[in-house]
Amino acid sequence: MDVINDNLWRVKVGLAEMLKGGVIMDVTTAEQAKIAEDAGACAVMALERVPSDIRKEGGVARMAAPRVIREIMDVVSIPVMAKVRIGHFAEAQVLEALEVDYIDESEVLTPADEEHHVWKHGFKVPFVCGARNLGEALRRIAEGAAMIRTKGEAGSGNIVEAVRHMRAIVGQMKKLTTLGQEELVHESKELGAPLDLVAWVAKHGKLPVPNFSAGGVATPADAALVMQLGAEAVFVGSGIFKSSDPAQRARAIVKATTHYKDPKVVLEASEELGEAMKGIDVRQLEEKDLLQTRGW
Amino acid sequence: MSEKIKIGILAIQGDYQAHSKMLDRLGVPWTYIRRPEDIDGIGGIILPGGESTTHIKVMREEGVWDALEQFAARGGAFFGTCAGAILLAREVHNPPQASLALLDVSILRNGYGRQLASDVHEGKTKLSDRPIEMVFIRAPIIESVGENVEVLAKDAAHPVLVQQGPILAATFHPELTNDPTVHRHFVEMVRLQGHQPAAAKSPERASSRATR
Repeated sequence: MDVINDNLWRVKVGLAEMLKGGVIMDVTTAEQAKIAEDAGACAVMALERVPSDIRKEGGVARMAAPRVIREIMDVVSIPVMAKVRIGHFAEAQVLEALEVDYIDESEVLTPADEEHHVWKHGFKVPFVCGARNLGEALRRIAEGAAMIRTKGEAGSGNIVEAVRHMRAIVGQMKKLTTLGQEELVHESKELGAPLDLVAWVAKHGKLPVPNFSAGGVATPADAALVMQLGAEAVFVGSGIFKSSDPAQRARAIVKATTHYKDPKVVLEASEELGEAMKGIDVRQLEEKDLLQTRGW
Repeated sequence: MSEKIKIGILAIQGDYQAHSKMLDRLGVPWTYIRRPEDIDGIGGIILPGGESTTHIKVMREEGVWDALEQFAARGGAFFGTCAGAILLAREVHNPPQASLALLDVSILRNGYGRQLASDVHEGKTKLSDRPIEMVFIRAPIIESVGENVEVLAKDAAHPVLVQQGPILAATFHPELTNDPTVHRHFVEMVRLQGHQPAAAKSPERASSRATR
């Protein structure tokens, strides 16, 4: 992959490197952003409504209002990310003009294009995209995503889908490392991903960009779970500001993410927490209500 | 060169793995620091890139901060990159925040601007004849240095690699390149520290502490 030696690509992936081991928190106001930063978030994600509200209220979910994003950028010193609709490159242009630090081309918002994603190499600002499996992850990287996150099922408070997606990506990568060159061509076809990226993963046993987890993290143990399964950092959406104790829960999830291999600390982090968000049994959701199936 | 030294890498959050890979290349043993007791038996400490606000918050609450201060009081060597340089600085701006105050510099967080200002430059250092690659990511700017601070490299007008006794700081990320020059220098510093008698090791503590 020639692009790996390109300096712009290196600083895009470089910022993702700086976020490893940390927690990126969804926020809808400057006040929430400050709470997140004070709790130890390594970045915040600005959006109009958290996923569980999008799910409840319906309607079209769009990029957050630039005024709100700017207020958030003014109040915190950590990186500020913001979401755009899948394929909505004009929203992305607006966010680049606003100088956000990262753009999430997200299935949580209502897609603007049902065939194409944004050509992310065309932007100077880095992008993160969701994926459910290795093929999807590599297609997004081919388009220029400098960070991948599992999709999970946003706003569900249920970790099952993030686990499914992380296991799928990690398992498929493991498999690639056992294959011969001629088998990679077939695998590239099966995955629907470019051969050069498939060959890169086969050689290195990991994605060429950081691999984070998102979609359903609601407790410190959820964070420790996805980290042990191979996530390099954690996004928490509705899980914090839809709980009964946002600041405390945010702090607890940060602690569990740092010490994910140390059950005693995860226990400490889990104690004295109030109620987690209610959560949804994903099996009860109808196909049309799933967010993870958005993206192509 | 065969005596055993072990470097501790602060692993609260950030690009600590990149530092460990660089030490692997140099054949230097390392361990991650997440708890105060992880500092036992360590010859020098690397403070990696990441978010300094997160590092401070977690270290303060979990006793790692105190352990680092005690390590510094014993004359221990530190190497901070980007966020790590911010933690070492005597004075921090934009916004003002707590620091270990071991290095007599004042530093401006996100000094170049936001991510869009992140870039890769090449620059000469006093450590070798060849220029090295300097990866700047939301990098801080060293605004001023005290007279006991040696500037080992500049980029444009700003010092980007500085040393004061056993304290080394870079505003860029040598760990994100293939060039081990800066890490090799730090390992040498740690070896030198190890040779000095304990009483002579205590560095001049930077004179005043940054705003809390």
